[in-house]
Amino acid sequence: MDSSVINSRATTTGRAGMKFWRRPLDTDKIKIPHGELHIIWERCKGCGFCVEYCPKEVLELSAEFNAKGYHPPVAVKEEDCINCGLCEELCPEFAIFPVLKEEPEGAEEVKK
Amino acid sequence: MTEIKMVKANPQDVLTGEYYLDGNHASAEGGLAAGCKFFAGYPITPSTEIAERISQRFPKVGGIFIQMEDEMASMNAILGASWGGVKSMTCTSGPGFSLMMENFGLGIMLETPCVLVNVQRGGPSTGLPTLPGQADMMQARWGSHGDYEVIALAPDSPQESFELTIHAFNLSERYRIPVFVMTDECVGHMTEKVVIPGAEEIDLVVRRYTDKPPEEYWPYIPEKDLVPLMPPVGKGYKFHVTGLTHDYRGYPVINAEVQEKCVRRLMDKIIKNAKDIIWIEEKDIEGAEVVLLSYGITSRVVQPAIAKAKKEGIKVGQIRLVTVWPFPEERVRELASKIGAYVMVEMNYGQVYYEVERCAAGKCKTVLVPHAGGTVHNPEDVYVAIKEAVK
Amino acid sequence: MSTVEIVEVRGKVEKEHPMEKLLRMDRIPHIWCPTCGIGTAAKAFASALEQLEIDFSNVAVVSGIGCTGRVAGYMKLDSFHTTHGRAIPFAVGLAIAKPKMKVVVFSGDGDLISIGGNHFIHTARRNVDITVICVNNFIYAMTGGQVAPTTPLLANCSTSPYGNFEHPFNLPLLAASSGAVYVARWTALHVRRLTNAFAEAIQKRGFSFVEVIAPCSTLYARRNKLGDGLSLMKFYHDNSIIKHGADPREVDIGFQEKIVVGKFVDIEKPTYLDCLNEGYKRVFGDAYKVYGEEDEQN
Repeated sequence: MDSSVINSRATTTGRAGMKFWRRPLDTDKIKIPHGELHIIWERCKGCGFCVEYCPKEVLELSAEFNAKGYHPPVAVKEEDCINCGLCEELCPEFAIFPVLKEEPEGAEEVKK
Repeated sequence: MTEIKMVKANPQDVLTGEYYLDGNHASAEGGLAAGCKFFAGYPITPSTEIAERISQRFPKVGGIFIQMEDEMASMNAILGASWGGVKSMTCTSGPGFSLMMENFGLGIMLETPCVLVNVQRGGPSTGLPTLPGQADMMQARWGSHGDYEVIALAPDSPQESFELTIHAFNLSERYRIPVFVMTDECVGHMTEKVVIPGAEEIDLVVRRYTDKPPEEYWPYIPEKDLVPLMPPVGKGYKFHVTGLTHDYRGYPVINAEVQEKCVRRLMDKIIKNAKDIIWIEEKDIEGAEVVLLSYGITSRVVQPAIAKAKKEGIKVGQIRLVTVWPFPEERVRELASKIGAYVMVEMNYGQVYYEVERCAAGKCKTVLVPHAGGTVHNPEDVYVAIKEAVK
Repeated sequence: MSTVEIVEVRGKVEKEHPMEKLLRMDRIPHIWCPTCGIGTAAKAFASALEQLEIDFSNVAVVSGIGCTGRVAGYMKLDSFHTTHGRAIPFAVGLAIAKPKMKVVVFSGDGDLISIGGNHFIHTARRNVDITVICVNNFIYAMTGGQVAPTTPLLANCSTSPYGNFEHPFNLPLLAASSGAVYVARWTALHVRRLTNAFAEAIQKRGFSFVEVIAPCSTLYARRNKLGDGLSLMKFYHDNSIIKHGADPREVDIGFQEKIVVGKFVDIEKPTYLDCLNEGYKRVFGDAYKVYGEEDEQN
């Protein structure tokens, strides 16, 4: 990820969009992690916490439903998932969690 | 089946010697001799001496005494401590006994060993705090809600208060059930010679823990004697127990089928082992015309009446209930067809009497010698009742 | 981050949730409603235990009756589901019998503060070394939504159908004034801070209390026409004010008003066993063997 991409994203506002007021000094060094989302489809009760509070707006409630009739989330922008883990923390059903996709190379790890 | 192991009492816990002690103090020493190391209670006349003595003695033997904020807390604290692997007891009287009932039920459901000493006083309600009664006997049996079986012992003297408290601990560990020691203010406050033997003469039941590894263990799979083995807390068993109706896994299951299994086994645990639990002392039963039943202090009070009746040629037998619950139904039924009458003497308006009447089933006369409490029976009234019974 | 090992991921491999080691998977999915905050509180608790890197065998959970009380049944720890209001005294007995164990009481506001209120204040007074987690959804949820001692004024509940006319308890104040050494309040939304609060509370010596403001969708939200749990979470988002060290007297919660969250009390005070040991040592001197130091036999 290069810094220009970050900045362009930073200018978007959304429910949880972040605006940087200046470019962080170590942008070149930090490699933003990516997460792969695992959604335990049958366990979800469609509460919507993860959808609402994902900082990257990766999730949407799906049109399909599970055996219990709930609409679990799907990752519509999974490439944007930064493995922050907030969905996992918020989910009351223990039904979603991201897994770190690739090791951050080179310099410091991004601290959570 | 995992065998019952016995172990000798720890000499550091046993105050060996001969003393003049009142029943309460003797009870406390009995608890200590049995290895009790946790006491949670609330002061209530006439049981407070037990708490006071234990609060003095415990620091010297490594026990913890805590005076809780009320009786409900006391009952729960002893359950928690028992699960933590420590023998625990509490003491109370009528009003506190009522408060403890709900959580006594929890003790039954979780199958927790512990001992509850009820030094009975006159009731109902605040009643006679400083005078005896025996009117909590049915409450001991049915005080909590739901179906269950109980074990209740009734000492008749300070010596027996000492011995039966130890016995109560043994029964509670053996059958994983809270056990009652139902004394009364008279025994509790009467001072008599108490002989506390050496520790090597006191045998204690060792709590049976599971020998299965955590992956194979479920909390409520019973042994052949219907008693399940306890898990040790903090050793990785990660078990779950609940007051809700539960299955062998300890998990709550809310349906009639599991209710039947769960409650049936809890009851059978005592009913099917009743022969080993019931302890009655019989005297002169052979050829008796009338059998006098009593328990606790009353069993001593009736002796002059029996002696007087015998002098007149009446053949009086006696049954002293050391365990009041489980009630010796079989024996009472069996004798009913051989004798003319049962005379039940108890310091209440008829509680255990109805068990006698039920078991006699009309095969013989049943006579109650009631007493409102406040003092022991007048032996003369007992004698009159015996005479009436043989008419 | 969860401690799931990164193995080669070939496509989407079905992995188990990282907290499954702390859950009784044979009982999942749990009974709580969609958008209920208790699940989130339970997750935060599991995360806290993970974070602390303690031996899970050394943690016991005691709960009472109610929706939150069911947490004990789902955590894969030595867990006890006791009677209504009596989780705390049970935990006191257990904590004294096993002084080296971390005993956590995890129960609801009605259970801990109403019927359990007496035990709550006395155990805080004694500063027994346990952690009490109170999930406060302002209502008796399990029994159908009755008014609770924490229900804000004017809220509608099944036994206050015209509005609640009773002043509610201010739980941090109750805990602090009773003698708790650690008092914090977070909402279910503040998961990470909640996890940290749980971790701190568990590590803290003495009576630690964490209040979790959690949404009750089916009863509190619905009866008061507040939407569902998600709407309540959004409300917490917009109306929580973080004030560490706030005076507990000033953190009352009104109906749909600002909620002050944060860590309010974090002090040092000798625990119940500290005082007991010190007291006996003073009287018996070296003859007294300090309680709780050696490993207990079982």
